[in-house]
Amino acid sequence: MEKMPAWADVVLIPLISLILAAAISALVILFIGESPAEALNLMVTGALGSTYGWGYTLYYATNFIFTGLAVTVAFHARLFNIGGEGQAMIGGLGVAVACLYVPWPHWSLALVAACISGAVFGAAWAAIPAWLQAKRGSHIVITTIMFNFIAAAVLNYLLVNVMRPTGSMDPATERFAETIHLPTLHELLAPFSIAFSKAPPANVSFLVAILACVAVWALIWRTRLGYEIRAFGHTETGAVYAGISPVKIIVVTMLISGGLAGLMGINNVMGEAERLVLNATEGAGFIGIAVALMGRGHPAGVFLSAILFGFLYQGGAELALWTSIPRELIVVIQALVILFTGALDNMVRMPLQQVFAALRRKEST
Amino acid sequence: MQDRNGPESATRPGDSPAPAVQPPKAAERGMSSAQPAIELKGISKAFGPVQANKDISISVAPGTIHGIIGENGAGKSTLMSILYGFYRADRGEIFINGQKADITDSQAAIAAGIGMVFQHFKLVENFTVLENVILGAEDGRLLRPSLAKARRELKALASEYGLDVDPDAVIHDIGVGFQQRVEILKALYRQADILILDEPTGVLTPAEADQLFRILHRLKDEGKTIILITHKLREIMEATDTVSVMRRGEMVATRKTSDTGPEELAELMVGRKVLLRVDKTPAKPGADVLQIEDLKVTDESGVLRLKGIDLTLKAGEILGLAGVAGNGQSELLEVLGGMLPAVGTVTGRVRMKGEVLPLSGAAGDGKARRAAHIGHVPEDRQRAGLVMDFFAWENIAFGYHADAGYQRSGLFMDNQGLRREAADKMDRYDVRPPDPWLKAKSFSGGNQQKIVLAREIERKPSLLLVGQPTRGVDIGAIEFIHREIVALRDAGAAILLVSVELDEILSLSDRIAVMFDGKIMGERLPGETDEKELGLLMAGMNNAASGEAA
Amino acid sequence: MDLASILQILESTIRLSTPLLLACLAGLFSERAGIFDIGLEGKMLAAAFFSAAVASMTGSVWLGLLAGIAASLVLSGLHGLASITFRGDQLISGVAINFLAAGMTVLIAQDWFRQGGRTPSLPSDARFNPITLPFADRVADVPVLGPVYSDLMSGNSILVYVAFLAVPATWWVLYRTRFGLRLRAVGENPAAVDTAGVSVVALRYAAVGICGVLCGIAGAYLATSLQAGFVKDMTAGRGYIALAALIFAKWRPWYALWSCLLFGVLQAVALRYQNIDLGSLVIPVQFMDALPYILTVVILAGFVGKAIPPRAGGQPYVKER
Repeated sequence: MEKMPAWADVVLIPLISLILAAAISALVILFIGESPAEALNLMVTGALGSTYGWGYTLYYATNFIFTGLAVTVAFHARLFNIGGEGQAMIGGLGVAVACLYVPWPHWSLALVAACISGAVFGAAWAAIPAWLQAKRGSHIVITTIMFNFIAAAVLNYLLVNVMRPTGSMDPATERFAETIHLPTLHELLAPFSIAFSKAPPANVSFLVAILACVAVWALIWRTRLGYEIRAFGHTETGAVYAGISPVKIIVVTMLISGGLAGLMGINNVMGEAERLVLNATEGAGFIGIAVALMGRGHPAGVFLSAILFGFLYQGGAELALWTSIPRELIVVIQALVILFTGALDNMVRMPLQQVFAALRRKEST
Repeated sequence: MQDRNGPESATRPGDSPAPAVQPPKAAERGMSSAQPAIELKGISKAFGPVQANKDISISVAPGTIHGIIGENGAGKSTLMSILYGFYRADRGEIFINGQKADITDSQAAIAAGIGMVFQHFKLVENFTVLENVILGAEDGRLLRPSLAKARRELKALASEYGLDVDPDAVIHDIGVGFQQRVEILKALYRQADILILDEPTGVLTPAEADQLFRILHRLKDEGKTIILITHKLREIMEATDTVSVMRRGEMVATRKTSDTGPEELAELMVGRKVLLRVDKTPAKPGADVLQIEDLKVTDESGVLRLKGIDLTLKAGEILGLAGVAGNGQSELLEVLGGMLPAVGTVTGRVRMKGEVLPLSGAAGDGKARRAAHIGHVPEDRQRAGLVMDFFAWENIAFGYHADAGYQRSGLFMDNQGLRREAADKMDRYDVRPPDPWLKAKSFSGGNQQKIVLAREIERKPSLLLVGQPTRGVDIGAIEFIHREIVALRDAGAAILLVSVELDEILSLSDRIAVMFDGKIMGERLPGETDEKELGLLMAGMNNAASGEAA
Repeated sequence: MDLASILQILESTIRLSTPLLLACLAGLFSERAGIFDIGLEGKMLAAAFFSAAVASMTGSVWLGLLAGIAASLVLSGLHGLASITFRGDQLISGVAINFLAAGMTVLIAQDWFRQGGRTPSLPSDARFNPITLPFADRVADVPVLGPVYSDLMSGNSILVYVAFLAVPATWWVLYRTRFGLRLRAVGENPAAVDTAGVSVVALRYAAVGICGVLCGIAGAYLATSLQAGFVKDMTAGRGYIALAALIFAKWRPWYALWSCLLFGVLQAVALRYQNIDLGSLVIPVQFMDALPYILTVVILAGFVGKAIPPRAGGQPYVKER
């Protein structure tokens, strides 16, 4: 028997968790002597009140969609991929390689190549932890954490020693060619005579992210592989009964997950910086965990919570600019979201289940 | 939830020949004056909708061995876990040596002088014997004095009861027989006067079991009271002074062991149930479908689960595998169905219509078995047969989801086709409610099982493996399920039926094989045997049984 | 390399190993009790900030230490609430705690000190200062042994000695006391502890509490001894290296000492030399940075002496039916 209706699980629990996180954040803002209402107002106008704000919100959201989807896909196979950060870093490397070493005649070709290269690099970075989990039983959470650090070291080495243009002091690659500059939302919307701010970095990658949402939705709920991933995630015994190989599912799911995280590179590396810099991911891989937990396993949920976190990021930057509230407020909110939707799920869930049980009893009498 | 006890409650009146409460026999070895060591009065315990113990009363005289016997799920372990404070009873009272005891947790049980040896040992694998013995019963904050004292006491206990164990051995290095001794030593070290053993011989070899019983007799001679929970009749007859029989959460009889025999106990245990009538014509067995030769299965911990099975199954017949759960039936079904142990080994030869079935690797997995026309209704429908969080229509393809018919344009699955098929099959198999958009967990047990059967039977397999087809299923559905199985037989399929319900085996099978301890104890024809004989075979009493039957 | 530079590297090894060792032993207590803790980093960070902040405000480094321990204990309590009481996912809880600490420290630092998320530099009397061991000056001139005693063993802050003494202490608690026996048991088979009449919940909270105290000391060391004050993200992944060291040590106290010293040497060498030139082969500094993580993965893969975590680790305890 269902303990509570499906809508409560999908809508009510994340909502309550979000309200709890927001309430505590409001207390924190009060504590540092600012007004929560004013802060919210500032965040809304700063992030959503202009196309400039929207441009940044959507830019951040694009990153979070990719990493959120990565964590989500792994969650469906009951795997906790905490290595999105490292996979996105290496994915960015893949994107840079594709952009730097081939003279693409047009950005669209370059984008396709960058997508493939980024995804392959990201997947490759997830492959070793996946294989170790499937074959050797090495805990994937620990190995993916370790791989995050190894990725940072690899990138650091390559940028300092190999990819840095001669004469430059900056640990970064040279700028990508002008021909493969990805159109920003400003440029994309201009033909439709829609005015969009020129400054923010939101670009065509946002559309790719939406495509990725659709693709992940189709993968999980429309393909045979998705069927097998979900079955394995729900019951490993059942998977074996149905002739589904656990080894195959673990490896393939992690490759897809790593590939999605790697795709992020087209936004932050190709779309924004237009070169590969150190720490280009800026923790987006970890925000993917919060986004996935909020998104409740569905790409539509991931999309919405990525927009929410994009809003928090841009709003938080505005706050830091105009008030004494530092940007780190969003890290706190992110932590609270992970805490309430993830670790303290039972704390939110158990009282709610009792409420629904009581309601049902009332109905039946 | 469905009423699990439907068929049983219909048979209750006039069924119990003995009163549920049996005062201790007065003439017993001059113990008439002594208070009972343990007295339970009106114990009841429910887990959700399942009533595990119903108004149970029992009384055990000090210095005796009291057996509690019953089928799997009869409520024996629950009752003893209540006595040990692991669960709390919903109702009822416990008296220890005449004193009312409030056993709130294991600590209280230990203080009341009760020790328990669980079926699954509660030992810390990488600790030494000594460390396990003192855990929770240390003297003071430092270990050294505790260990030294325990070492001395262990030596004394060893010589007193014949419980020799190396105190410095690490648990995972010693055999299960020794591990069990450690459990007994743990209880004795805590000065237990009452010792409960739950299915203690389940993991032991016959020689180890004999040794255990010698130890138990020594303990009894020293004045300890012992409660022995088992489903094996032989152990009851050999080791106990008195015996209680449990059935479906109730205490149906208590006897002095010398006043009863295995036949009566088997009957009490199984109950004289209304035989479910299954309309079926005599089988017309055809060619051999399945031939199993010397099948052996070793599980991940290296224990031999199947000890050389030889079976042949013909087209158009139902072979019923009777036996108490845990005697290898599950492993047999799993190996045949392609659920090979991830670690461990399978040896022997299995042929399906002459073709050898691989016993390892991807060639022996569930998909390969289905391709060989083997259908499988698994014993554990909630963990294996269905994905409880999948919709009914998703479950209708589970295991067959890679079939070409379910694919659309290679990449995508034909979900609409699946939903149509599910609606159609659910209608024909009378699944209620017939809604493909409900998750499997929202259906009752019987309707879940109908979904599994619809999936497996509709593919007309040459061989259908069926495990516990009616466990947790309501009466109406039982009849339906039995009819469908017989219909598949009549269509020429071979059916291997595993059930712990003897009446189901008797009413459905064309031939019966009894499994005990990883081996086939014997084969019988349903018309030429009865529950009593099967009960004896299931309890591992081969010779006595054939003697009786003759 | 001459003796002086070897000594310099070893000195810095001791300083860099200290926070790793404290955090590693913290994780050891928690994980041996069956509670996985990837939140060591966050607890250290919170402790680093609060110890520096309180030391800066009161001028007392000891009050700072207490504040650091208290902050770390609050986060431990949160981890216990999530993973013991509400039987949540221990890993997710750890991730949340790391972010919570990363955000809150900067937030509060900015509010209290307005120096861009850092505390003011601590004056020398608000820090743990080097302690000179007896006779250190007098034996300094004795060849080899003299400098080893006077430079290496003497002249460290009190917390360094605490950390190194914590190793035998941990070993003693774990293997010589009733509490240690029960703690190890609850991480392997909580049912054995439960049926022996001992509270699983109380034991696990105690373990998580000890973990909090040790992380608190580790954080305080970072901010009041190794450095003079708190800066944003000053733990810089040390919590994860400690976790790696714990796995490398196979959850044992003495091994923890050696693995923390090993990882400390790696850090010290990487700090001193950018790239190590071995003639034909140049080992880049980044390789040294990544080495602890690579070694941990190799150990986890089980190719070199498999690391087997406590059996009940990561799973909430539920009485089975």
